[in-house]
Amino acid sequence: MNKLISLIAGIIFGTGLVVSEMINPEKVLSFLDVFGNWDPSLAFVMIGALIVSSPLFHLIKNKEKPLFADSFNYSKNKEINNRLIIGSALFGAGWGLGGLCPGPAISSIALLNINSIIFVFAMFIGFYLVKFFNLTKAS
Amino acid sequence: MNIVNFTPVTATLGGMIIGLAVVIFFLFNGRLIGISGIAANALSEKNNRFDNLLFLIGLVIGPILYTLFTNKEINITISNSLILLICAGLLVGIGTRVSGGCTSGHGISGIGRFSLRSIIATITFMIVGILTVLIKNYI
Repeated sequence: MNKLISLIAGIIFGTGLVVSEMINPEKVLSFLDVFGNWDPSLAFVMIGALIVSSPLFHLIKNKEKPLFADSFNYSKNKEINNRLIIGSALFGAGWGLGGLCPGPAISSIALLNINSIIFVFAMFIGFYLVKFFNLTKAS
Repeated sequence: MNIVNFTPVTATLGGMIIGLAVVIFFLFNGRLIGISGIAANALSEKNNRFDNLLFLIGLVIGPILYTLFTNKEINITISNSLILLICAGLLVGIGTRVSGGCTSGHGISGIGRFSLRSIIATITFMIVGILTVLIKNYI
């Protein structure tokens, strides 16, 4: 059953990216163009997502266990260190360059756009480089 | 600053759909959605691999179903500079793994559970994203 839920959650998430237009890099780039022609819409994507997910998260996490799994399994990492800041800054630079972050990039494969496929390919190479050099665990 | 193409209603609605996906995945499977983690782990970790792959397939199916049911075409505008796409993809891939999250993992799931770590990550990638667009557009 949890396999089906994974698929359904992905479909719903992908649909949200389309409805909110976050799947469109141009929309993302004009959200980041605060000092030029600014489109504040994507702030509302975040607000909409948080209004739904945050209160329900706090309700659900107090349950004994999830419906289709043995236990809740999410990051409780509280560490604020250089990796967090440097990694976020690198991500922000890539996000500002292309207007794509991981979710919309993967969803846009559906549109068979060669440019988003190139981006996703490079992104996966990035994932592998970090794993290869073990940067997630190094301090 | 000049506000353009502002679509708060569809942005909020799309955001709420994304929030719903987060809630469903958490309630049933006990995990919080972070696309960069799901994508990186789908290819390199045995743990939950099938769940992660199904979620990613769902992400791609979402836009296809949206087009089938609404008959609306999804238009995206994306850079066609090969060098820019590769640099952006590498930066997003490396940055999200080093910092442990992206727009969804830190920006929605992390902020939703009031994680200071994720709030700092989100502020960092937003600021760097804004600066990157500023530099790209005006210098």
